[in-house]
Amino acid sequence: MSVFFAKRFLTFLATLVGASIVIFIVMEILPGDPALVILGVDATDEAVLALTKELGLDRPALERYFSWISGMMQGDLGISYAYRVPVWELVEGALKITIPLAILAMTLSVILALVIGLYAAANHNKIGDVSLMGFSQLGISVPNFWLAILLILFFAVNLRWLPAGGFPGWEEGIWACFKALILPALALATVQGAMLARITRSSVLEVFREDYVRTARAKGLSQRRTLWGHVLRNSMIPVLTAMGFQFANLLAGTVVIENVFHIPGLGSTVLKAINNRDTIVVENVVLLLAGMVVLTNFVVDLLYAVIDPRLKAHDI
Amino acid sequence: MSRPSSQSFVSRCLNSRSFVVGGLMTGFLLSCAIISLFWTPGEVYDITIADRFFAPSASHWFGTDQFGRDIVSLLMTGTQNSITVGVVAVSIGLFTGVTLGLTASAQRGWVEELIMRLSDFSFAFPAILSAIMITAILGPGGVNSIIAIGIYNVPVFARLTRGTANAIWTREYVMAARAAGKGKFRITLEHVLPNIRSIIIVQITIQFAIAILAEAALSYLGLGTQPPNPSWGRMLNEAQSLMFFQPMQAIYPGVAIALAVFGLNLLGDGLRDVLDPRLSRKR
Repeated sequence: MSVFFAKRFLTFLATLVGASIVIFIVMEILPGDPALVILGVDATDEAVLALTKELGLDRPALERYFSWISGMMQGDLGISYAYRVPVWELVEGALKITIPLAILAMTLSVILALVIGLYAAANHNKIGDVSLMGFSQLGISVPNFWLAILLILFFAVNLRWLPAGGFPGWEEGIWACFKALILPALALATVQGAMLARITRSSVLEVFREDYVRTARAKGLSQRRTLWGHVLRNSMIPVLTAMGFQFANLLAGTVVIENVFHIPGLGSTVLKAINNRDTIVVENVVLLLAGMVVLTNFVVDLLYAVIDPRLKAHDI
Repeated sequence: MSRPSSQSFVSRCLNSRSFVVGGLMTGFLLSCAIISLFWTPGEVYDITIADRFFAPSASHWFGTDQFGRDIVSLLMTGTQNSITVGVVAVSIGLFTGVTLGLTASAQRGWVEELIMRLSDFSFAFPAILSAIMITAILGPGGVNSIIAIGIYNVPVFARLTRGTANAIWTREYVMAARAAGKGKFRITLEHVLPNIRSIIIVQITIQFAIAILAEAALSYLGLGTQPPNPSWGRMLNEAQSLMFFQPMQAIYPGVAIALAVFGLNLLGDGLRDVLDPRLSRKR
Protein backbone atom coordinates (compact mmCIF):
# COMPACT_ATOMS: atom_id res chain seq x y z
CA MET A 1 0.00 0.00 0.00
CA SER A 2 2.78 2.42 0.95
CA VAL A 3 4.56 2.12 -2.42
CA PHE A 4 1.27 2.61 -4.20
CA PHE A 5 0.44 5.63 -2.06
CA ALA A 6 3.91 7.16 -2.42
CA LYS A 7 3.83 6.75 -6.20
CA ARG A 8 0.43 8.36 -6.46
CA PHE A 9 1.36 11.14 -4.09
CA LEU A 10 4.46 11.99 -6.14
CA THR A 11 2.38 12.10 -9.32
CA PHE A 12 -0.08 14.37 -7.51
CA LEU A 13 2.71 16.76 -6.43
CA ALA A 14 4.31 16.73 -9.89
CA THR A 15 0.99 17.56 -11.54
CA LEU A 16 0.42 20.37 -9.07
CA VAL A 17 3.87 21.85 -9.73
CA GLY A 18 3.35 21.42 -13.48
CA ALA A 19 0.01 23.21 -13.32
CA SER A 20 1.51 26.08 -11.32
CA ILE A 21 4.32 26.46 -13.88
CA VAL A 22 1.83 26.47 -16.76
CA ILE A 23 -0.27 29.13 -15.02
CA PHE A 24 2.77 31.24 -14.17
CA ILE A 25 4.17 31.11 -17.71
CA VAL A 26 0.80 31.93 -19.27
CA MET A 27 0.17 34.83 -16.91
CA GLU A 28 3.73 36.14 -17.15
CA ILE A 29 3.60 36.85 -20.86
CA LEU A 30 0.86 39.35 -20.07
CA PRO A 31 1.40 42.30 -22.39
CA GLY A 32 -0.27 44.85 -20.12
CA ASP A 33 1.60 46.53 -17.23
CA PRO A 34 -0.37 45.96 -14.01
CA ALA A 35 1.06 49.10 -12.44
CA LEU A 36 -0.18 51.16 -15.38
CA VAL A 37 -3.60 49.51 -15.15
CA ILE A 38 -3.93 50.36 -11.44
CA LEU A 39 -2.76 53.95 -11.77
CA GLY A 40 -4.52 54.70 -15.06
CA VAL A 41 -3.10 56.10 -18.29
CA ASP A 42 -2.55 59.58 -16.80
CA ALA A 43 0.00 58.35 -14.25
CA THR A 44 3.55 59.71 -14.39
CA ASP A 45 6.40 57.39 -15.34
CA GLU A 46 7.93 57.73 -11.87
CA ALA A 47 4.72 56.65 -10.17
CA VAL A 48 4.39 53.62 -12.46
CA LEU A 49 8.02 52.70 -11.83
CA ALA A 50 7.62 53.06 -8.07
CA LEU A 51 4.53 50.87 -8.03
CA THR A 52 6.21 48.28 -10.28
CA LYS A 53 8.96 48.09 -7.67
CA GLU A 54 6.47 47.97 -4.81
CA LEU A 55 4.59 45.08 -6.42
CA GLY A 56 7.88 43.32 -7.05
CA LEU A 57 7.29 43.14 -10.81
CA ASP A 58 10.85 44.26 -11.59
CA ARG A 59 12.36 41.06 -10.22
CA PRO A 60 13.39 38.16 -12.49
CA ALA A 61 10.61 35.72 -13.40
CA LEU A 62 12.18 32.73 -11.69
CA GLU A 63 12.52 34.62 -8.43
CA ARG A 64 8.91 35.76 -8.64
CA TYR A 65 7.74 32.19 -9.29
CA PHE A 66 9.51 30.87 -6.21
CA SER A 67 8.34 33.70 -3.99
CA TRP A 68 4.77 33.06 -5.23
CA ILE A 69 4.99 29.38 -4.38
CA SER A 70 6.75 29.82 -1.04
CA GLY A 71 4.31 32.58 -0.11
CA MET A 72 1.42 30.33 -1.01
CA MET A 73 2.69 27.62 1.32
CA GLN A 74 2.56 30.16 4.14
CA GLY A 75 -0.92 31.31 3.14
CA ASP A 76 0.37 34.52 1.56
CA LEU A 77 -0.98 34.93 -1.96
CA GLY A 78 0.27 38.47 -2.51
CA ILE A 79 -1.57 41.79 -2.73
CA SER A 80 -4.45 42.38 -5.13
CA TYR A 81 -3.44 44.99 -7.73
CA ALA A 82 -6.92 46.43 -7.96
CA TYR A 83 -8.08 46.48 -4.34
CA ARG A 84 -4.69 46.72 -2.59
CA VAL A 85 -5.72 44.10 -0.03
CA PRO A 86 -4.20 40.65 0.48
CA VAL A 87 -5.49 38.24 -2.18
CA TRP A 88 -6.21 35.72 0.54
CA GLU A 89 -8.86 38.07 2.01
CA LEU A 90 -10.66 38.12 -1.35
CA VAL A 91 -10.35 34.38 -1.83
CA GLU A 92 -11.10 33.13 1.68
CA GLY A 93 -14.75 34.16 1.75
CA ALA A 94 -15.23 32.95 -1.84
CA LEU A 95 -13.84 29.50 -1.02
CA LYS A 96 -16.33 29.15 1.82
CA ILE A 97 -19.10 29.43 -0.76
CA THR A 98 -17.62 27.64 -3.78
CA ILE A 99 -16.49 24.51 -1.92
CA PRO A 100 -19.86 23.82 -0.23
CA LEU A 101 -21.59 24.57 -3.56
CA ALA A 102 -19.35 22.11 -5.43
CA ILE A 103 -19.79 19.42 -2.77
CA LEU A 104 -23.57 19.89 -2.71
CA ALA A 105 -23.72 19.72 -6.52
CA MET A 106 -21.47 16.67 -6.69
CA THR A 107 -23.52 14.85 -4.04
CA LEU A 108 -26.75 15.63 -5.89
CA SER A 109 -25.30 14.49 -9.21
CA VAL A 110 -23.98 11.22 -7.75
CA ILE A 111 -27.35 10.42 -6.15
CA LEU A 112 -29.10 11.27 -9.42
CA ALA A 113 -26.65 9.21 -11.47
CA LEU A 114 -26.75 6.12 -9.27
CA VAL A 115 -30.54 6.08 -8.95
CA ILE A 116 -31.16 6.61 -12.67
CA GLY A 117 -28.23 4.49 -13.87
CA LEU A 118 -29.04 1.50 -11.65
CA TYR A 119 -32.75 1.67 -12.39
CA ALA A 120 -32.11 1.86 -16.14
CA ALA A 121 -29.63 -1.03 -16.05
CA ALA A 122 -31.95 -3.21 -13.96
CA ASN A 123 -34.75 -2.53 -16.47
CA HIS A 124 -32.54 -2.84 -19.54
CA ASN A 125 -34.37 -2.06 -22.81
CA LYS A 126 -37.72 -1.69 -21.05
CA ILE A 127 -39.76 1.48 -21.31
CA GLY A 128 -38.25 2.97 -18.12
CA ASP A 129 -34.70 2.50 -19.39
CA VAL A 130 -35.38 3.87 -22.84
CA SER A 131 -37.21 6.96 -21.63
CA LEU A 132 -34.68 7.70 -18.87
CA MET A 133 -31.81 7.44 -21.35
CA GLY A 134 -33.72 9.72 -23.73
CA PHE A 135 -34.05 12.26 -20.94
CA SER A 136 -30.39 11.93 -20.01
CA GLN A 137 -29.40 12.55 -23.63
CA LEU A 138 -31.43 15.77 -23.42
CA GLY A 139 -29.89 16.59 -20.04
CA ILE A 140 -26.39 16.38 -21.50
CA SER A 141 -27.35 18.79 -24.27
CA VAL A 142 -28.70 21.55 -22.03
CA PRO A 143 -26.19 24.26 -21.09
CA ASN A 144 -26.06 24.40 -17.30
CA PHE A 145 -26.33 28.19 -17.16
CA TRP A 146 -29.50 28.08 -19.23
CA LEU A 147 -30.94 25.44 -16.93
CA ALA A 148 -30.03 27.79 -14.09
CA ILE A 149 -32.01 30.59 -15.74
CA LEU A 150 -34.97 28.24 -16.24
CA LEU A 151 -34.81 27.20 -12.57
CA ILE A 152 -34.83 30.85 -11.54
CA LEU A 153 -37.81 31.49 -13.84
CA PHE A 154 -39.73 28.59 -12.35
CA PHE A 155 -38.81 28.47 -8.65
CA ALA A 156 -38.01 32.13 -7.99
CA VAL A 157 -40.06 34.18 -10.44
CA ASN A 158 -43.18 32.01 -10.81
CA LEU A 159 -43.45 30.02 -7.57
CA ARG A 160 -41.45 32.43 -5.38
CA TRP A 161 -40.21 29.52 -3.27
CA LEU A 162 -36.50 30.28 -3.44
CA PRO A 163 -34.35 33.38 -3.90
CA ALA A 164 -33.45 34.32 -7.50
CA GLY A 165 -29.84 34.91 -6.54
CA GLY A 166 -27.38 36.33 -4.04
CA PHE A 167 -25.94 34.77 -0.94
CA PRO A 168 -26.95 35.78 2.60
CA GLY A 169 -23.65 34.87 4.30
CA TRP A 170 -23.03 32.00 6.70
CA GLU A 171 -23.92 34.12 9.74
CA GLU A 172 -27.53 34.08 8.55
CA GLY A 173 -27.76 30.38 9.32
CA ILE A 174 -27.37 27.15 7.39
CA TRP A 175 -30.96 27.02 6.15
CA ALA A 176 -30.86 30.45 4.51
CA CYS A 177 -27.56 29.56 2.82
CA PHE A 178 -28.87 26.17 1.74
CA LYS A 179 -31.85 27.90 0.12
CA ALA A 180 -29.47 30.16 -1.78
CA LEU A 181 -27.26 27.28 -2.93
CA ILE A 182 -29.83 24.63 -3.83
CA LEU A 183 -30.84 26.06 -7.25
CA PRO A 184 -27.23 26.61 -8.38
CA ALA A 185 -26.33 23.12 -7.18
CA LEU A 186 -29.32 21.64 -8.99
CA ALA A 187 -28.35 23.40 -12.23
CA LEU A 188 -24.84 21.98 -11.97
CA ALA A 189 -25.92 18.52 -10.84
CA THR A 190 -28.55 17.85 -13.51
CA VAL A 191 -26.16 18.08 -16.45
CA GLN A 192 -23.31 16.24 -14.73
CA GLY A 193 -25.71 13.68 -13.26
CA ALA A 194 -27.16 12.91 -16.69
CA MET A 195 -23.71 12.17 -18.04
CA LEU A 196 -22.76 10.07 -15.02
CA ALA A 197 -26.05 8.14 -15.19
CA ARG A 198 -25.25 6.96 -18.71
CA ILE A 199 -21.81 5.79 -17.64
CA THR A 200 -23.25 4.04 -14.57
CA ARG A 201 -25.82 2.26 -16.70
CA SER A 202 -23.39 0.95 -19.30
CA SER A 203 -20.85 -0.05 -16.66
CA VAL A 204 -23.46 -1.99 -14.65
CA LEU A 205 -24.71 -3.69 -17.83
CA GLU A 206 -21.16 -4.69 -18.67
CA VAL A 207 -20.66 -6.34 -15.28
CA PHE A 208 -24.06 -8.07 -15.52
CA ARG A 209 -22.57 -10.06 -18.42
CA GLU A 210 -19.65 -11.40 -16.35
CA ASP A 211 -19.41 -15.10 -15.55
CA TYR A 212 -19.45 -14.62 -11.79
CA VAL A 213 -22.75 -12.78 -12.07
CA ARG A 214 -24.21 -15.66 -14.05
CA THR A 215 -22.91 -18.01 -11.38
CA ALA A 216 -24.51 -15.92 -8.66
CA ARG A 217 -27.84 -15.99 -10.48
CA ALA A 218 -27.45 -19.71 -11.16
CA LYS A 219 -27.00 -20.50 -7.50
CA GLY A 220 -30.36 -18.81 -6.89
CA LEU A 221 -29.51 -15.26 -5.84
CA SER A 222 -32.25 -12.76 -6.70
CA GLN A 223 -31.59 -9.99 -9.22
CA ARG A 224 -31.60 -7.47 -6.39
CA ARG A 225 -29.09 -9.34 -4.23
CA THR A 226 -26.81 -9.95 -7.20
CA LEU A 227 -26.91 -6.24 -7.97
CA TRP A 228 -25.97 -5.18 -4.43
CA GLY A 229 -23.63 -8.07 -3.64
CA HIS A 230 -21.68 -8.51 -6.87
CA VAL A 231 -22.44 -5.99 -9.56
CA LEU A 232 -22.38 -2.62 -7.82
CA ARG A 233 -18.86 -2.70 -6.44
CA ASN A 234 -17.36 -4.13 -9.60
CA SER A 235 -19.02 -1.61 -11.86
CA MET A 236 -17.89 1.42 -9.89
CA ILE A 237 -14.37 1.81 -11.35
CA PRO A 238 -15.39 3.54 -14.61
CA VAL A 239 -18.01 5.52 -12.71
CA LEU A 240 -15.38 6.74 -10.26
CA THR A 241 -13.00 7.69 -13.09
CA ALA A 242 -15.77 9.67 -14.72
CA MET A 243 -16.55 11.35 -11.39
CA GLY A 244 -12.96 12.61 -11.21
CA PHE A 245 -13.26 14.25 -14.62
CA GLN A 246 -16.77 15.44 -13.88
CA PHE A 247 -15.56 17.25 -10.82
CA ALA A 248 -13.24 19.31 -13.01
CA ASN A 249 -16.18 20.26 -15.23
CA LEU A 250 -18.32 20.91 -12.22
CA LEU A 251 -15.80 23.33 -10.72
CA ALA A 252 -15.50 25.11 -14.06
CA GLY A 253 -19.28 25.14 -14.16
CA THR A 254 -19.45 26.90 -10.81
CA VAL A 255 -17.57 29.83 -12.38
CA VAL A 256 -20.49 30.32 -14.78
CA ILE A 257 -23.30 29.36 -12.42
CA GLU A 258 -22.10 31.67 -9.64
CA ASN A 259 -22.37 34.52 -12.10
CA VAL A 260 -25.92 33.52 -13.07
CA PHE A 261 -27.00 33.64 -9.42
CA HIS A 262 -24.69 36.52 -8.40
CA ILE A 263 -23.11 34.36 -5.71
CA PRO A 264 -19.81 35.82 -4.45
CA GLY A 265 -17.75 32.62 -4.85
CA LEU A 266 -14.48 31.97 -6.66
CA GLY A 267 -16.18 32.26 -10.06
CA SER A 268 -17.45 35.77 -9.43
CA THR A 269 -14.10 36.71 -7.88
CA VAL A 270 -12.15 35.58 -10.92
CA LEU A 271 -14.50 37.27 -13.39
CA LYS A 272 -14.27 40.56 -11.49
CA ALA A 273 -10.49 40.17 -11.42
CA ILE A 274 -10.40 39.70 -15.21
CA ASN A 275 -12.39 42.86 -15.73
CA ASN A 276 -10.03 44.72 -13.35
CA ARG A 277 -6.96 43.17 -14.99
CA ASP A 278 -6.09 41.98 -11.51
CA THR A 279 -3.88 39.18 -12.81
CA ILE A 280 -2.48 38.16 -9.44
CA VAL A 281 -6.01 37.26 -8.30
CA VAL A 282 -6.72 35.39 -11.57
CA GLU A 283 -3.44 33.50 -11.20
CA ASN A 284 -4.21 32.39 -7.66
CA VAL A 285 -7.84 31.51 -8.23
CA VAL A 286 -7.02 29.47 -11.34
CA LEU A 287 -4.33 27.61 -9.37
CA LEU A 288 -6.78 26.99 -6.53
CA LEU A 289 -9.36 25.59 -8.94
CA ALA A 290 -6.78 23.51 -10.82
CA GLY A 291 -5.40 22.31 -7.48
CA MET A 292 -8.86 21.14 -6.42
CA VAL A 293 -9.21 19.20 -9.69
CA VAL A 294 -5.82 17.55 -9.23
CA LEU A 295 -6.57 16.74 -5.59
CA THR A 296 -9.88 15.13 -6.55
CA ASN A 297 -8.21 12.93 -9.13
CA PHE A 298 -5.62 11.94 -6.52
CA VAL A 299 -8.38 10.92 -4.11
CA VAL A 300 -10.12 9.03 -6.94
CA ASP A 301 -6.87 7.17 -7.63
CA LEU A 302 -6.65 6.14 -3.98
CA LEU A 303 -10.29 5.06 -3.98
CA TYR A 304 -9.58 2.70 -6.89
CA ALA A 305 -7.37 0.71 -4.56
CA VAL A 306 -10.09 0.58 -1.94
CA ILE A 307 -12.70 -0.62 -4.43
CA ASP A 308 -10.47 -3.02 -6.34
CA PRO A 309 -7.40 -4.21 -4.40
CA ARG A 310 -6.12 -6.00 -7.52
CA LEU A 311 -5.20 -2.66 -9.09
CA LYS A 312 -2.38 -2.06 -6.61
CA ALA A 313 -0.51 -5.18 -7.61
CA HIS A 314 -0.51 -4.06 -11.24
CA ASP A 315 0.59 -0.61 -10.37
CA ILE A 316 3.69 -1.37 -8.34
CA MET B 1 -10.65 -3.95 -41.28
CA SER B 2 -12.28 -4.46 -44.64
CA ARG B 3 -13.75 -1.45 -46.26
CA PRO B 4 -17.53 -1.65 -46.35
CA SER B 5 -19.13 -1.25 -49.76
CA SER B 6 -20.88 2.05 -50.40
CA GLN B 7 -24.25 0.34 -50.75
CA SER B 8 -24.18 -1.20 -47.30
CA PHE B 9 -22.72 1.97 -45.82
CA VAL B 10 -25.66 4.09 -46.98
CA SER B 11 -28.21 1.55 -45.84
CA ARG B 12 -26.51 1.25 -42.46
CA CYS B 13 -26.66 5.04 -42.14
CA LEU B 14 -30.37 5.05 -42.93
CA ASN B 15 -30.99 2.20 -40.50
CA SER B 16 -29.54 4.11 -37.57
CA ARG B 17 -32.27 6.29 -36.11
CA SER B 18 -29.71 8.36 -34.18
CA PHE B 19 -27.77 9.03 -37.35
CA VAL B 20 -30.84 10.11 -39.33
CA VAL B 21 -32.34 12.36 -36.62
CA GLY B 22 -28.95 13.77 -35.56
CA GLY B 23 -27.96 14.31 -39.17
CA LEU B 24 -31.21 16.12 -39.96
CA MET B 25 -30.82 18.37 -36.90
CA THR B 26 -27.19 19.16 -37.71
CA GLY B 27 -28.15 19.74 -41.34
CA PHE B 28 -30.85 22.17 -40.22
CA LEU B 29 -28.28 24.00 -38.09
CA LEU B 30 -25.88 24.26 -41.03
CA SER B 31 -28.56 25.48 -43.41
CA CYS B 32 -29.65 28.16 -40.90
CA ALA B 33 -26.06 29.39 -40.79
CA ILE B 34 -25.69 29.38 -44.58
CA ILE B 35 -29.05 31.05 -45.23
CA SER B 36 -28.31 33.74 -42.64
CA LEU B 37 -25.19 34.67 -44.58
CA PHE B 38 -27.43 35.93 -47.40
CA TRP B 39 -30.82 36.53 -45.88
CA THR B 40 -32.48 36.97 -42.51
CA PRO B 41 -36.14 37.87 -41.96
CA GLY B 42 -35.22 41.05 -40.08
CA GLU B 43 -32.26 43.32 -39.37
CA VAL B 44 -29.56 42.04 -37.02
CA TYR B 45 -27.27 45.03 -36.66
CA ASP B 46 -29.80 47.93 -36.87
CA ILE B 47 -31.10 49.18 -33.56
CA THR B 48 -34.63 50.62 -33.68
CA ILE B 49 -35.70 51.26 -30.11
CA ALA B 50 -39.26 52.08 -31.23
CA ASP B 51 -39.64 48.45 -32.39
CA ARG B 52 -38.59 46.88 -29.12
CA PHE B 53 -40.45 44.08 -27.33
CA PHE B 54 -42.84 43.34 -30.19
CA ALA B 55 -44.95 40.29 -29.47
CA PRO B 56 -44.56 37.35 -31.86
CA SER B 57 -46.34 38.04 -35.16
CA ALA B 58 -46.22 37.05 -38.81
CA SER B 59 -43.34 39.45 -39.49
CA HIS B 60 -41.49 38.70 -36.24
CA TRP B 61 -42.09 35.02 -35.39
CA PHE B 62 -40.50 35.23 -31.96
CA GLY B 63 -40.96 38.99 -31.49
CA THR B 64 -38.19 41.56 -31.05
CA ASP B 65 -35.62 42.19 -28.31
CA GLN B 66 -34.90 45.30 -26.22
CA PHE B 67 -33.12 46.95 -29.17
CA GLY B 68 -35.92 46.21 -31.62
CA ARG B 69 -33.99 43.44 -33.39
CA ASP B 70 -35.84 40.45 -34.80
CA ILE B 71 -35.17 37.45 -32.53
CA VAL B 72 -35.41 34.82 -35.30
CA SER B 73 -32.76 36.71 -37.28
CA LEU B 74 -30.52 36.94 -34.21
CA LEU B 75 -30.87 33.21 -33.59
CA MET B 76 -30.09 32.41 -37.23
CA THR B 77 -27.00 34.62 -37.28
CA GLY B 78 -25.94 33.19 -33.92
CA THR B 79 -25.72 29.80 -35.64
CA GLN B 80 -22.85 31.11 -37.79
CA ASN B 81 -21.01 32.08 -34.65
CA SER B 82 -21.44 28.70 -32.94
CA ILE B 83 -20.45 26.76 -36.06
CA THR B 84 -17.37 28.91 -36.68
CA VAL B 85 -16.21 28.43 -33.08
CA GLY B 86 -16.89 24.71 -33.29
CA VAL B 87 -15.07 24.22 -36.59
CA VAL B 88 -12.01 26.27 -35.71
CA ALA B 89 -11.66 25.10 -32.11
CA VAL B 90 -12.11 21.44 -33.03
CA SER B 91 -9.66 21.79 -35.96
CA ILE B 92 -6.99 23.23 -33.65
CA GLY B 93 -7.46 20.34 -31.23
CA LEU B 94 -7.81 17.75 -33.98
CA PHE B 95 -4.68 18.54 -35.98
CA THR B 96 -2.41 19.24 -33.04
CA GLY B 97 -3.82 16.48 -30.85
CA VAL B 98 -3.86 13.74 -33.50
CA THR B 99 -0.31 14.64 -34.58
CA LEU B 100 0.92 14.49 -30.99
CA GLY B 101 -0.95 11.26 -30.32
CA LEU B 102 0.39 9.57 -33.47
CA THR B 103 3.92 10.73 -32.67
CA ALA B 104 3.67 9.44 -29.11
CA SER B 105 2.42 6.11 -30.33
CA ALA B 106 5.03 5.74 -33.09
CA GLN B 107 8.04 6.88 -31.05
CA ARG B 108 7.14 5.43 -27.63
CA GLY B 109 9.77 5.93 -24.91
CA TRP B 110 10.38 9.37 -23.47
CA VAL B 111 8.53 11.15 -26.31
CA GLU B 112 5.34 9.32 -25.42
CA GLU B 113 5.94 9.90 -21.71
CA LEU B 114 6.49 13.63 -22.24
CA ILE B 115 3.43 14.12 -24.44
CA MET B 116 1.19 12.16 -22.09
CA ARG B 117 2.42 13.92 -18.93
CA LEU B 118 1.85 17.29 -20.62
CA SER B 119 -1.69 16.29 -21.48
CA ASP B 120 -2.13 15.21 -17.84
CA PHE B 121 -1.44 18.77 -16.72
CA SER B 122 -3.90 20.20 -19.11
CA PHE B 123 -6.65 18.06 -17.61
CA ALA B 124 -6.43 20.32 -14.59
CA PHE B 125 -7.73 23.09 -16.86
CA PRO B 126 -11.26 22.62 -18.17
CA ALA B 127 -12.18 24.76 -21.22
CA ILE B 128 -13.64 27.58 -19.15
CA LEU B 129 -10.61 27.77 -16.87
CA SER B 130 -8.09 27.97 -19.70
CA ALA B 131 -10.34 30.49 -21.42
CA ILE B 132 -10.33 32.59 -18.27
CA MET B 133 -6.55 32.63 -18.21
CA ILE B 134 -6.30 33.46 -21.88
CA THR B 135 -8.89 36.24 -21.74
CA ALA B 136 -7.19 37.64 -18.63
CA ILE B 137 -4.12 38.16 -20.80
CA LEU B 138 -5.39 38.83 -24.29
CA GLY B 139 -8.69 40.42 -23.30
CA PRO B 140 -12.18 39.13 -24.01
CA GLY B 141 -13.16 38.37 -27.59
CA GLY B 142 -14.44 35.78 -30.01
CA VAL B 143 -11.01 34.79 -31.39
CA ASN B 144 -9.50 34.39 -27.93
CA SER B 145 -12.32 32.16 -26.79
CA ILE B 146 -11.81 30.00 -29.90
CA ILE B 147 -8.10 29.65 -29.08
CA ALA B 148 -8.91 28.72 -25.49
CA ILE B 149 -11.42 26.05 -26.48
CA GLY B 150 -9.03 24.80 -29.16
CA ILE B 151 -6.20 24.37 -26.66
CA TYR B 152 -8.55 22.46 -24.38
CA ASN B 153 -9.28 20.08 -27.26
CA VAL B 154 -5.62 19.21 -27.91
CA PRO B 155 -5.07 16.72 -25.05
CA VAL B 156 -8.48 15.15 -25.63
CA PHE B 157 -7.52 14.15 -29.17
CA ALA B 158 -3.92 13.38 -28.20
CA ARG B 159 -4.97 10.85 -25.56
CA LEU B 160 -7.63 9.22 -27.71
CA THR B 161 -5.29 8.94 -30.70
CA ARG B 162 -2.40 7.52 -28.69
CA GLY B 163 -4.62 4.98 -26.93
CA THR B 164 -6.23 3.64 -30.09
CA ALA B 165 -3.04 3.89 -32.16
CA ASN B 166 -1.08 1.85 -29.60
CA ALA B 167 -3.54 -0.99 -30.10
CA ILE B 168 -3.05 -0.84 -33.89
CA TRP B 169 0.74 -0.96 -33.57
CA THR B 170 0.49 -4.46 -32.04
CA ARG B 171 -1.50 -5.87 -34.96
CA GLU B 172 -0.08 -8.42 -37.38
CA TYR B 173 -0.46 -6.24 -40.46
CA VAL B 174 1.70 -3.56 -38.84
CA MET B 175 4.32 -6.16 -38.03
CA ALA B 176 4.15 -7.33 -41.64
CA ALA B 177 4.64 -3.75 -42.82
CA ARG B 178 7.64 -3.36 -40.54
CA ALA B 179 9.08 -6.61 -41.81
CA ALA B 180 8.62 -5.30 -45.34
CA GLY B 181 10.86 -2.41 -44.37
CA LYS B 182 8.32 0.41 -44.07
CA GLY B 183 9.33 3.27 -41.76
CA LYS B 184 7.34 4.52 -38.78
CA PHE B 185 6.08 7.53 -40.66
CA ARG B 186 4.73 5.47 -43.56
CA ILE B 187 3.16 2.90 -41.28
CA THR B 188 1.47 5.69 -39.33
CA LEU B 189 0.02 7.21 -42.50
CA GLU B 190 -0.85 4.00 -44.33
CA HIS B 191 -1.94 1.68 -41.55
CA VAL B 192 -2.50 3.43 -38.23
CA LEU B 193 -4.39 6.54 -39.27
CA PRO B 194 -6.94 4.80 -41.54
CA ASN B 195 -7.75 2.33 -38.78
CA ILE B 196 -8.37 4.86 -36.03
CA ARG B 197 -10.28 7.22 -38.32
CA SER B 198 -13.77 6.21 -37.27
CA ILE B 199 -13.10 6.68 -33.57
CA ILE B 200 -11.70 10.13 -34.23
CA ILE B 201 -14.67 11.11 -36.41
CA VAL B 202 -17.04 10.18 -33.58
CA GLN B 203 -14.97 12.23 -31.14
CA ILE B 204 -15.12 15.23 -33.49
CA THR B 205 -18.91 15.41 -33.14
CA ILE B 206 -18.64 15.17 -29.34
CA GLN B 207 -15.97 17.88 -29.11
CA PHE B 208 -17.97 20.05 -31.51
CA ALA B 209 -20.92 19.87 -29.13
CA ILE B 210 -18.67 20.67 -26.16
CA ALA B 211 -17.19 23.62 -28.07
CA ILE B 212 -20.65 25.06 -28.72
CA LEU B 213 -21.51 24.74 -25.03
CA ALA B 214 -18.21 26.31 -23.93
CA GLU B 215 -18.52 29.20 -26.37
CA ALA B 216 -22.06 29.90 -25.19
CA ALA B 217 -20.88 29.91 -21.57
CA LEU B 218 -17.97 32.24 -22.34
CA SER B 219 -20.17 34.63 -24.30
CA TYR B 220 -22.70 34.53 -21.48
CA LEU B 221 -19.92 35.65 -19.10
CA GLY B 222 -18.96 38.41 -21.54
CA LEU B 223 -15.61 36.77 -22.32
CA GLY B 224 -16.49 35.43 -25.76
CA THR B 225 -18.18 37.00 -28.77
CA GLN B 226 -18.55 40.75 -28.30
CA PRO B 227 -21.52 42.91 -29.31
CA PRO B 228 -22.92 43.74 -31.81
CA ASN B 229 -22.17 40.25 -33.16
CA PRO B 230 -25.06 38.01 -32.19
CA SER B 231 -24.29 34.92 -30.14
CA TRP B 232 -26.62 32.61 -28.27
CA GLY B 233 -24.70 32.99 -25.02
CA ARG B 234 -24.84 36.79 -25.11
CA MET B 235 -28.56 36.70 -25.93
CA LEU B 236 -29.11 34.67 -22.76
CA ASN B 237 -27.06 37.13 -20.75
CA GLU B 238 -29.11 40.07 -22.03
CA ALA B 239 -32.36 38.17 -21.55
CA GLN B 240 -31.62 37.42 -17.91
CA SER B 241 -32.03 41.02 -16.82
CA LEU B 242 -35.39 41.15 -18.62
CA MET B 243 -36.51 37.83 -17.21
CA PHE B 244 -39.31 39.25 -15.08
CA PHE B 245 -41.30 40.79 -17.92
CA GLN B 246 -39.90 39.10 -21.07
CA PRO B 247 -39.34 35.50 -19.92
CA MET B 248 -39.60 34.01 -23.43
CA GLN B 249 -36.44 35.83 -24.51
CA ALA B 250 -34.54 33.64 -22.05
CA ILE B 251 -36.07 30.53 -23.61
CA TYR B 252 -35.30 30.75 -27.37
CA PRO B 253 -31.47 30.96 -27.32
CA GLY B 254 -31.26 28.14 -24.76
CA VAL B 255 -33.47 25.92 -26.93
CA ALA B 256 -31.23 26.73 -29.90
CA ILE B 257 -28.08 25.69 -28.00
CA ALA B 258 -29.71 22.56 -26.61
CA LEU B 259 -31.01 21.48 -30.04
CA ALA B 260 -27.62 22.05 -31.69
CA VAL B 261 -25.81 20.05 -29.02
CA PHE B 262 -28.49 17.36 -28.95
CA GLY B 263 -28.29 16.97 -32.73
CA LEU B 264 -24.50 16.66 -32.68
CA ASN B 265 -24.55 14.14 -29.83
CA LEU B 266 -27.14 12.03 -31.67
CA LEU B 267 -25.08 12.25 -34.85
CA GLY B 268 -22.05 11.07 -32.87
CA ASP B 269 -23.99 8.09 -31.49
CA GLY B 270 -25.27 7.28 -34.97
CA LEU B 271 -21.82 7.55 -36.52
CA ARG B 272 -20.50 5.19 -33.88
CA ASP B 273 -23.11 2.63 -34.87
CA VAL B 274 -22.43 3.09 -38.57
CA LEU B 275 -18.63 3.34 -38.61
CA ASP B 276 -17.74 0.88 -35.90
CA PRO B 277 -20.44 -1.69 -35.22
CA ARG B 278 -18.15 -3.49 -32.74
CA LEU B 279 -18.18 -0.49 -30.43
CA SER B 280 -21.92 -0.04 -30.43
CA ARG B 281 -22.60 -3.69 -29.70
CA LYS B 282 -20.65 -3.42 -26.47
CA ARG B 283 -22.79 -0.59 -25.18
